[in-house]
Amino acid sequence: MANLTINGKPYSLDVEPDTPLLWAIRENAGLTGTKYGCGIAQCGACTVHLDGTAVRSCGVTVSEAAGKQITTIEGLASDNGLHKVQQAWLENDVPQCGYCQSGMIMAVAALLKDNPKPSDQDINDAITNICRCGTFAQVREAIHAAANA
Amino acid sequence: MNQHVTPRLNRRSFVIGTAALGGGLALGLDLPFGGPQVVRAADGSPEVNAWVVIRPDDTVVIRIARSEMGQGSLTGLAQLVAEELACDWSKVTTEYPTPGQNVARKRVWGDFSTGGSRGIRASQDYVRKGGAAARMMLIQAAADEWKVPAAECTAANSVITHKASGKTTTYGKVAEAAAKLSPPADVKLKDPKDWTLIGKGVKRLDTADKVTGAMIYGADIKLPGMLNAAIKDCPVTGGKLKSYDEAKIAGMKGVKKVVAVDGTAVAVVADTWWHAKTALDALPIVWDEGPNAKVSSASIGKWLAEGLDSGPAFVGNENGDAKAALAGAVKKVEAVYNYPYQNHATMEPMNATALYTADRCEVWCGTQNGEAAFAAVLEASGLPADKCEVHKLILGGGFGRRGQTDYVRQAVQIAKAMPGTPVKLLWSREEDMTHGRYHPITQCKLTGGFDADNNLTALHMRISGQSILFSLRPDALVNGKDPATFQGLAPSGEATIGYSVPNLLIEHAMRNPHINPGFWRGVNVNQNAIYLECFMDELANAVGQDPLEFRRKLMAKNPKHLAVLDAVAEKIGWGTPAPEGVHRGLAQLHGYGSYVAGAAEISVIDGSKIKIHRIVASTDPGYVVNPAQVERQIAGSFVYGLSALFYGGCTVKDGRIEQTNFDSYNSMRIAEMPKVEAIMVPSGGFWGGVGEPTIGVAAPAVLNAFFAATGKRIRSVPLRDQNITFA
Repeated sequence: MANLTINGKPYSLDVEPDTPLLWAIRENAGLTGTKYGCGIAQCGACTVHLDGTAVRSCGVTVSEAAGKQITTIEGLASDNGLHKVQQAWLENDVPQCGYCQSGMIMAVAALLKDNPKPSDQDINDAITNICRCGTFAQVREAIHAAANA
Repeated sequence: MNQHVTPRLNRRSFVIGTAALGGGLALGLDLPFGGPQVVRAADGSPEVNAWVVIRPDDTVVIRIARSEMGQGSLTGLAQLVAEELACDWSKVTTEYPTPGQNVARKRVWGDFSTGGSRGIRASQDYVRKGGAAARMMLIQAAADEWKVPAAECTAANSVITHKASGKTTTYGKVAEAAAKLSPPADVKLKDPKDWTLIGKGVKRLDTADKVTGAMIYGADIKLPGMLNAAIKDCPVTGGKLKSYDEAKIAGMKGVKKVVAVDGTAVAVVADTWWHAKTALDALPIVWDEGPNAKVSSASIGKWLAEGLDSGPAFVGNENGDAKAALAGAVKKVEAVYNYPYQNHATMEPMNATALYTADRCEVWCGTQNGEAAFAAVLEASGLPADKCEVHKLILGGGFGRRGQTDYVRQAVQIAKAMPGTPVKLLWSREEDMTHGRYHPITQCKLTGGFDADNNLTALHMRISGQSILFSLRPDALVNGKDPATFQGLAPSGEATIGYSVPNLLIEHAMRNPHINPGFWRGVNVNQNAIYLECFMDELANAVGQDPLEFRRKLMAKNPKHLAVLDAVAEKIGWGTPAPEGVHRGLAQLHGYGSYVAGAAEISVIDGSKIKIHRIVASTDPGYVVNPAQVERQIAGSFVYGLSALFYGGCTVKDGRIEQTNFDSYNSMRIAEMPKVEAIMVPSGGFWGGVGEPTIGVAAPAVLNAFFAATGKRIRSVPLRDQNITFA
């Protein structure tokens, strides 16, 4: 059993302690917005926030995540509406297939929290998610748009 | 070299698939285009015709037969229908008809196949007519109600107006009556100059759920009582599953069943996928690796190299006498290029969910070809068409990979072992990387000959290597020849060579290693454009001519090829000084019916680190339906093509593909990719594709710039193997 706090809600999940957080989120908590892409923390499709920091959830075990605030793409919006990154993504029509975009949005949301006005170089350094459709130009534009929102 | 010529051709699947798709299994439900009987959508709203459902609240539901995998066709196809329908775009939504419904209704939605950049260009005529016919029926219904001639009524923004009487109504109010009318016999389409929605970069219709995590891809499907499966297929194609020791994982948590699949694979079914995968990794498996177990990249390379100089070859394009002209040439240039296997590496690994009972089989999956997936369900389940269904989901990437149905067949076979229980089969990334349908491997020897005045008098290209059609569509071979091998090099058609050379010979020595080839975004233009466009630079260099001017002299008879090349040359400033340390390269091709060109500005640090400063790309696809999406397809083509150039390449060792994940098969990140400056120059009169052609010019434009920067000619992909990477 693992007791996790996901998007502010307590979850008591029947998983082994070494289960990757990704699979506990997707299969046990049933939140499928967080995607499986590689399982080796290379692609970033599974990015979530642990106490506000972006992590690749396939590389974190549930025991490491216990006691921390876990935020997934489903928990990014608030009662006031979409997060400004999601809003910028909508306005800039960023996603193509969209499969990597939950992770991309989570990575960007964490970046803007630490660095509200990132330069292009800051973006290059911080955003290392793979997008096979290649919607990078729109990602960059939308990051700047969100930063200025 | 017998081990190289044993493709795993599933002929039975092909025959059954063709029968199912050719109408042989079509059922008795005959509901033609519109018709007097009202056909209803699932919510009871009337179908005006197969393409258009209108709800009482004026919502317009447009049916989309092709698959959405990120390329934006779902939105573009809706624009085509809505343009003629004259509906309120803000009220448009879309839905997929199912392959089973298409069979039952005698393929009223036509072809579901979504590949070859055909989504828009191969549907545009009939979907626009669908929209126009629906508009005419809606107007007729209003005119009938008002007892006025339909010709006196007009429609715009989902509102029908009779100007003389001042009466107006909405589509939602007359849809029920319109659905009872016979479809018009004569449907006229708008003149392109009158389009108001086609040509506009409206936003995609499928974005909202993609930013909140709510979009359900195949991997996300949940069904009541569903179990999860992980699978391992024999790592060597052509090998078999010999044995496995089920007892070793019997007590592992969540494990429900171990299933042998196709005699080549084994799957573990468990409560969760993580449990299934964990148990599968612990399962001792013995493979019979078969006749291909000793094949390596070196052995394939040697076999292909032999084909450059000897053995039979198919002729794809010929004029004059290239061999004689080369023998008499004053100056000759010769070079050998090669292009490796590439994995599609869609972000969402292959998956399908199947529910099998004794008399029904349903599958939920992302597929680029719903009808082929449906045929695979029929074959694997052994059930007839009226007992099967495929529910298509949005794809987490396709790029050609999801046109194949291997994962669908596997899912059905696993579900068959557990009747009544839905089972989701998800491939691990490692399974996905080692069981791809790879971009085919080829080599090419090119020889050019000049006369005393430095005119190019002869060009001989001899390609040696793999044919996709030989494995996947043997019915499309022409007396053994694979015409698709000559994509971008053909004398006529939708993928022609842009140069006129007095003596030309382009031929293909077909050699098919055992690795399964597939249609990989851009397909054969990827290597053919590198071969031809880099060699054109070599020829220009050999006679001391500017690469652009050298090409232009050979392109007089191909003005559309030339126009896109001129467009990028002008935009990038060809002929004007580049910034200090920056060098330029360019390339052009004709593919998928479109004319495209690319130009790159790069600098090279220490001879091996490339910084791409600018990319300019032009395309003439005839018509542009949604410029915002075309721009994204052009830019995405560079990311995909340059990822393959820099990081890609799948190698073979002990009969199997060596790359297993993104650590060994990398992909470009945002830091490496400049903004692409896209130029759209639609010249009208034809419909070309946009998802694929541009990828062909990505690599040669950069490679030609690399030569300009370093004087070093790269003739082998990927650059990673030559220790060249991004700065």
